[in-house]
Amino acid sequence: MGLLDGKKIVITGVLTDSSIAFGIAKLAQEEGAEIVLTGAGRGLRLTQRTARKLPTEPAVFEFDVSNPNHAQALHDVLAEKWGRVDGALHAIGFAPEACLGEDFMGATWDDVKVAVEISAYSLKLLAEAVAPLMTDGGSIVGLDFDATRAWPAYNWMGVAKAALESTNRYLARALGPSGIRVNLVAAGPIRTIAAKSIPGFQKFEDAWMDRAPLGWDVDDSSAVARSTVALLSDWFPSTTGSMVYVDGGFHAVGA
Amino acid sequence: MQVSDDNFERFKKCAVEVLSVEDAQVVPEATFESLDADSLDLVELVMALEEEFDVTVEEEELEGVLAVKDAFDLIVTKL
Repeated sequence: MGLLDGKKIVITGVLTDSSIAFGIAKLAQEEGAEIVLTGAGRGLRLTQRTARKLPTEPAVFEFDVSNPNHAQALHDVLAEKWGRVDGALHAIGFAPEACLGEDFMGATWDDVKVAVEISAYSLKLLAEAVAPLMTDGGSIVGLDFDATRAWPAYNWMGVAKAALESTNRYLARALGPSGIRVNLVAAGPIRTIAAKSIPGFQKFEDAWMDRAPLGWDVDDSSAVARSTVALLSDWFPSTTGSMVYVDGGFHAVGA
Repeated sequence: MQVSDDNFERFKKCAVEVLSVEDAQVVPEATFESLDADSLDLVELVMALEEEFDVTVEEEELEGVLAVKDAFDLIVTKL
């Protein structure tokens, strides 16, 4: 018997098999869920290829959060395929190059607004697509990187993650009466294709391995996958608007 | 490298399809930059090659892959 037996779950953000979302998709299938993946833009072809590496190849739908029509389109294909959705994973983030690196002051609003739209507002768009189909209640989980403090190099992506954390709380408030839980997993750094594009990522890795009381392996996303699958299951029935740290305990210690 | 090699032809077929370039552009010395391919394109090409040649390439192995020759060598050493 699996933790997600019979559940229908939408998973965004699978780019390669190093993606955190890939580990979650794989574990969700192993725990009995039926899943679909979504992809966007030029990443869509990568998502389609990577889908073939899962235990059961899932359908892949296009969901580009910068396109105002795509939430409705995703809703419609899910309504047709399943008629009901039980869970969704938000693993979507992007920031233009100017938003990351040494120079916090260098980014313009044109850069920043892209980061906020793709990385934070998109949680609302995903909810818009799936919430009407969560007729039996549901669970939406987003992947976060702790935005309660300022990190080296993460800069405006950190600001966008702060917006994601706030969006999470407001969505919890808006969707709670419908029995829909909305939570974030604040993961420690994982060496994915997205992380490699963050200049200075190495600094996070070193800090985490030195400080996390439980230790931390940047090449192992299985803890994030297990915790996310738990949040998608029925085993966190009264948890919403929360941020669950899956970081080896890093956030709790000062040095 | 023997460019008339059958393996290179299979490699070229994948590159032409994934990178949307002409056959003649896919020569060993060509850099991916000169083929307008960025890191995402390279990842997609490698995934196509994994399927074509039935090999597995870790993402770390792509560090230092700058030219067609580098990617081709990476694949053939796994055959």
